[in-house]
Amino acid sequence: MYDFTYSKPASLGDAVAALSKDAEAKPLAGGMTYIPVLKQRLAKPSAVVDLSGLGMSGIIIVGGKVKIGAMTTHDTVAKHAGLKAAIPGLAALASGIGDEAVRHRGTIGGSLANNDPAACYPSAVLALGATITTNKRSIAADDFFQGMFTTALEHGEIITEVEFPVPEKAAYEKFKNPASRYAIVGVFVAKFANGARVAVTGASQSGVFRHEGMEKALSANFSPDATKGVTTPADDMNGDIHASAEYRAHLVGVITKRAVAKA
Amino acid sequence: MPQVTLTVNGKQHTVAVEARTLLVELLREKLGLTGTHVGCDTSQCGACVVHVDGVSAKSCTMLAVQAEGTSVLTIEGLAAADGTLHPMQEMFREHHALQCGFCTPGMVLSAIDLVNSHPQGMTEKEIREGLEGNLCRCTGYHNIVKAIDAAQSLMHAK
Amino acid sequence: MAFEGIGASVRRKEDLRFLSGNGNYTDDINRPGQTYAVMRRADRPHATIKNLDTAAASKAPGVVAIFTGADMAKEEIGGLPCGWQIHNKDGSAMAEPPHPVLALGKVRHVGDPIAVVIAETKQQARDAAELIEIDYQDLPSVSSTVDAIAPGAPEVHDGVAGNLCYDWHIGDKAVVDAVFAGAAHVVRLDLVNNRLVPNAMEPRAAIGEWDTSSGDYTLYTTSQNPHVIRLLMGAFVLHIPENKLRVVAPDVGGGFGSKIYHYAEEAIVTWASAKVRRPIKWTADRTESFMSDAHGRDHVSTAEMAVDKDGKFLGLRIHTLANMGAYLSTFAPAVPTYLYATLLAGVYTTPVIYCEVKAVFTNTVPVDAYRGAGRPEASFLLERLVDCIAHDIGIDRVELRRRNFIPANAFPYQTPVALQYDSGDYQTTLKVALKNADWDGFEARRAEAIKRGKLRGIGISTYLEACGIAPSAVVGSLGARAGLYEVANIRVHPTGSVTVFTGTHSHGQGHETTLAQLVCDQLGVPLSQVDVVHGDTAKIPFGMGTYGSRSLAVGGSAMVKAMDKIIAKGKKIAAHLMEASVEDIEFADNTFKVAGTDKTKSLTDISLAAYVPHNYPIDEIEPGLDETAFYDPKNFTFPGGCHIAEVEIDPETGVTEVINFTAVDDVGRVVNPMIVEGQIQGGVAQGIGQALLEAAIYDKSGQLLSGSMMDYTMPRADNLPNFNVSTENTMCTHNPLGSKGCGEVGAIGSPPAIMNAVIDALKEYGVRHIDMPATGPKLWSIIQAGQTKMAAE
Repeated sequence: MYDFTYSKPASLGDAVAALSKDAEAKPLAGGMTYIPVLKQRLAKPSAVVDLSGLGMSGIIIVGGKVKIGAMTTHDTVAKHAGLKAAIPGLAALASGIGDEAVRHRGTIGGSLANNDPAACYPSAVLALGATITTNKRSIAADDFFQGMFTTALEHGEIITEVEFPVPEKAAYEKFKNPASRYAIVGVFVAKFANGARVAVTGASQSGVFRHEGMEKALSANFSPDATKGVTTPADDMNGDIHASAEYRAHLVGVITKRAVAKA
Repeated sequence: MPQVTLTVNGKQHTVAVEARTLLVELLREKLGLTGTHVGCDTSQCGACVVHVDGVSAKSCTMLAVQAEGTSVLTIEGLAAADGTLHPMQEMFREHHALQCGFCTPGMVLSAIDLVNSHPQGMTEKEIREGLEGNLCRCTGYHNIVKAIDAAQSLMHAK
Repeated sequence: MAFEGIGASVRRKEDLRFLSGNGNYTDDINRPGQTYAVMRRADRPHATIKNLDTAAASKAPGVVAIFTGADMAKEEIGGLPCGWQIHNKDGSAMAEPPHPVLALGKVRHVGDPIAVVIAETKQQARDAAELIEIDYQDLPSVSSTVDAIAPGAPEVHDGVAGNLCYDWHIGDKAVVDAVFAGAAHVVRLDLVNNRLVPNAMEPRAAIGEWDTSSGDYTLYTTSQNPHVIRLLMGAFVLHIPENKLRVVAPDVGGGFGSKIYHYAEEAIVTWASAKVRRPIKWTADRTESFMSDAHGRDHVSTAEMAVDKDGKFLGLRIHTLANMGAYLSTFAPAVPTYLYATLLAGVYTTPVIYCEVKAVFTNTVPVDAYRGAGRPEASFLLERLVDCIAHDIGIDRVELRRRNFIPANAFPYQTPVALQYDSGDYQTTLKVALKNADWDGFEARRAEAIKRGKLRGIGISTYLEACGIAPSAVVGSLGARAGLYEVANIRVHPTGSVTVFTGTHSHGQGHETTLAQLVCDQLGVPLSQVDVVHGDTAKIPFGMGTYGSRSLAVGGSAMVKAMDKIIAKGKKIAAHLMEASVEDIEFADNTFKVAGTDKTKSLTDISLAAYVPHNYPIDEIEPGLDETAFYDPKNFTFPGGCHIAEVEIDPETGVTEVINFTAVDDVGRVVNPMIVEGQIQGGVAQGIGQALLEAAIYDKSGQLLSGSMMDYTMPRADNLPNFNVSTENTMCTHNPLGSKGCGEVGAIGSPPAIMNAVIDALKEYGVRHIDMPATGPKLWSIIQAGQTKMAAE
C-alpha cells in the first residue's frame, strides 16, 4: 500500500470538504473492496476520507418505501426483520455477499459507489428501481450505473441513502465464481404492479444491465416458464478463465429462471 | 504519524502507525500478537480473522486507524485467564480440526462468530456455507465442521 | 493411565499452542535489529535485461542495501542446485542449465527474482523496489508443455535444444510393442494432468542472520527439511561449511512438497545478512507465492493398454511430456520418472510396461513434487485407462479390476518397472469400499437423482503408491544426489523423561504426538513425559526431513532402532544393579526385570544410575542414556486402497457436487487412527480440488492467469462432503513398525475416482474421457454437445 493521509470527519459537510479540496482524495466506506485495491497498489490516493463517523446507518420502512443508510452493513441488511418482511429478496442478497466477516464491514453505499461489475447490490438497486440520494441530489438507479466501476457520482459526491420501492415479489440468484465467490452471473428479479424489472450483474462487459427480453416476458407472465426461450446475446458478455461469454449468456437464462422460482 | 487507541484482549493500547498500516500489522508487529496470521493478500483465506466489537472481521482488510476506539479480540485472548480453553478451542482439539495450525486462529474466531449469530443452531450444510471466508489446506474441513457442530451444542447450552 | 501407545487416538500435544495463538512460525520470529527484504521480480516471462538501474531506489527512505545477480556473481555465489540427475535413453546426462539465485542477464518466468531491496520496514522495501528501473528486451516465450517441444519453439535456455531437459525411458520397448501387435484389444487414452499450485496456508518466509562475533549464519525458514537446506545452500550456493550454518524450520504452516526445495530467497537473506550485518526477514505475500513456489503435476500423456479377449492386461505403453518450468527445482527431474513411471503397474499384474518421458523447459514457474508427486499422475492415468478399457471392451469396471489385481498371496511381487511390492490385499480394500459406499445400491440413487433433474455418477479407483523414500543405494543408483535414510536421537533424561530429536519435520502431520506415542509404546514412558524436537540443525544430529509420506516408516523406524539401543544399554545397567546376567534381563512396560524373579528396576532407576554413576559398570559402559540411530530403509513401502466417489451434476450449469466419498486405504501399522484419518481426509480434499476446481493457467503470453486466490480455486468447506474414511491394513514387511505411510494416499487415490464418477454421470452423452478440472463450463459444453448430438440422432 502506498501511504496516504487519513481523516475521519464527523459530519457530511466536513467529509465533502475533505474530498473536494483534493482531486486525489478518496472516500472509504467499509473498505472491503477498496482496501484490497490499495494493498495491491492498484490505487494511490493522496488522502483517504473515512465515512464511518457520519452515521448514515440504519433501515427505515415507511409508506411503502425502504430507506437504507449508505453506511449500513450487509450484515445489518441481511438480518433486519422489517426488511426481511418487506423485500426478502434484498435481505437474502445481502446475506450472500462475501463472507460473514466481509458482511460485518461492507456497506451498501460503498458497494454502489464502487460499482464492481461482479458485485451483487447494483442488480437489486437497478431491478427495484431504487433512488440513490447523495449530499447533492437524488439519482434514479437507471441513471446511476454507467459501466464497470463507473457511476453518475462526481468527485466529492457522497451517497447518503438508498430508497427502494417495495415490490410485490422479488428475488436474487447468484452463480458464484468458484474462486473469488463474486458473481459470475447474478440476477435480481422484481415484480411490480406495472410490470417486472430484471437486472443482471457479473455477466456483461458494460456492468450491471436491465434485461429487456426477460422484463417483457416476465411482465406478461411472472413465472419460471416465461423465461424459456428468452435468449441473451453473448456478444457483450465477459469471458475469462472461469466462464466464457457463451456460458455467461446461457447462465443468465438459468439464473433468471431460478430467481423467478424463488421470488 | 497517526495514533490509534484501541483495546485488545481487554488491554488498552495507544500506538503510532502509518495510515497505511493494516490492523493485522498492528497486532502482529506493534503488539507482538503473532497468533493472528496472514495467508493471502486478497481477503480470501480468513487466517487473519479477529473479532472487532464482538463480531468477526478480516484484520488484513481493515486499516489500523479504522480500529480507533474499538475492542479487538484475538486468539490470544480467547481462553479464560486460568487457561481454560473456550469450548470452540476445546472442540477443535477434541475433533482434530487442525493440522498445521496456520488457519486455526482465524478459523476458530470465525466459527465462534458463526455460532453466536445462529442461536437457533446450524445444520452441517449451514456450517460449511458459513465457513466460506476461511480456507484450510490441511484438514479437508471434515473435522472442522464436526468440531463446530460439537461446540455449538456446548455454547448454546451455556 | 489411559492407553497412549501404538493404536491410540490420543489428542495432539501440539494443539494447545496452535489453538491459543502461541505457534512459532517463521514470520512470527523477529530478531534484534531486523531489516526487511522485498524481491523485485520479473513481470514478463522471457526477456533480456538490457539495463538494471538501482540508483533511485537506493536513495529511497529506509533503504539499507540493494543487491542484484551481478553482486552475487562477483562473489562466485553458486546457482540453486538440482538434487537428482536423470540420464537420457542414450546414457547421457540430462540438460541442467544454471539457475542463478538472482537473474543474470535474462529472466525466464514471471516471478523470476531480479533484485532484493533491504530496508528498515517492509513497506519501505516495497516502495523502493518499485523504483528500480529495468530496461527489458522481450523475447518470445513458451508456457505450454506441448508447445515447448514443437519445432521452432522459443528456447528457454541457450544450449538446451528444443527445450528438452531429458528423454528418458523404462522398460523394453521392443518386447512391449510385440505384445501390442498380438493383442485382442488395444485401448488408448490421451490425457492431461493439470498443473497445480500447492498453496500451503502459510506463505514461505525466511530470516537470515549473521553473528558478528562468531561469524556463524542462522537461517530461519519455512522448510520441510532444514538439514537438506543446510547441505544444499551451504555446500553448493553460499560455500558455508555446516559448522558455521544453522538452519531452523520452526512451526511450518503446511508444505505438501512445496517447502522441500531450496529457494532463492533463503540464500539471498542468508548471504545478505553478513553484508548488511543485520538480520533480514523476507515473507512472501500470496501473489508472490503463486509466482515463486514450485508448482505441481503438468503432464501430457498418451497411454495404451494391450488387453486379451478376457480383459487381462498384457502390456502398457506410455508416452509422457512433463513440464519442468523455467529451471530445475530441487527434486523436479525425479518426479515424472522414478516417482511416476515405476508406479505404472499399479495394483495390476500387467506383465510388460514401457514408458518414455520427455521433460521440457518452459517460461513458467519451476514444477516439482506436490502431494503425491508422480504417483497421482500415475494413478490418474492408470485408473482412467482402466475405466476406458472397461468402456471400450464392455467389461464391468469392478470386475475388470478384480480380474487384473495382483493376488494377496503373490507378495513379494516384482513389477516390470523396478519396484518389488512387499504386501497388500487389493481384493479386501475393494470389497470393503464397495460395501461402505453401497455400490450395489447406486442405480436406485441415480434414478432418484434423475427425478430431481440431476445427473448422478459413481466412480472407483483402486490405486497404489510408493512411500517411505527410500533405500539410499537404490535412489543413488537412480540419480539422487543424497541418501534418504532418517535419524533419531533418543535422550532419556536422568529422571526418566524423554526427548526425541528427529530428522523428520512436522508441518501439520502431528509428529509431536505420533512419534511420542512410539516412545510410550516401546519404553513405557507416559506421553506427558515425552517431547519431540524437530526442525533445527543445531539440535538434531542429522535428517532428511518430511516428504513422500516417509516420517513414520523411515523416521519412526530410526526411533525404534535408537530405542532398541537404549533398552540394550539399560539391560546392562540393570544387570549390574540387580547382580544378574544381561541375558536374564527382560524389558517391558517401563521396567527391567530379572527373568523368573520379582527383582525389577524402573527405567527411571536405570536412567538415574546412568547419569549418577556411583554404582555403575563404568569400566564396561559409558555413563548416560542417550542413543542415536540412522535408519536406511530396505525398500519403499506400498500403501494402496480403493476410493469411491459419488457425484451429481447440474445439467443446466455443469456444476458438479461431490455427494459421497468413500476411502478404504491400506497404510500399514496405524499409530494414531485419528491423525491418520485426518491425513487421508486432507489428501482427499486436495485430490477433489485437482479433479474439480484447481488449475494453474498460463495464457499464451506467459502470464499466470490464475495468479491469486481470486482466480485459483481453492477448495472450501462447501465444495466438499463429509468423508467416509477407514483403513484395512496389511503390514509393511521390511520396517520394524510395519507402517507404510498415509500422507499422500488421499491425493493419489481420489482424482481418478472423482473423474470416473463425473464421466459415469455423463455416460448417456457418450463421454469417454474428460481432463481435469471438471469445471462447470467444461461439463456444460460437453452436455450441450451431447444433447445436440442426441437430438440429431
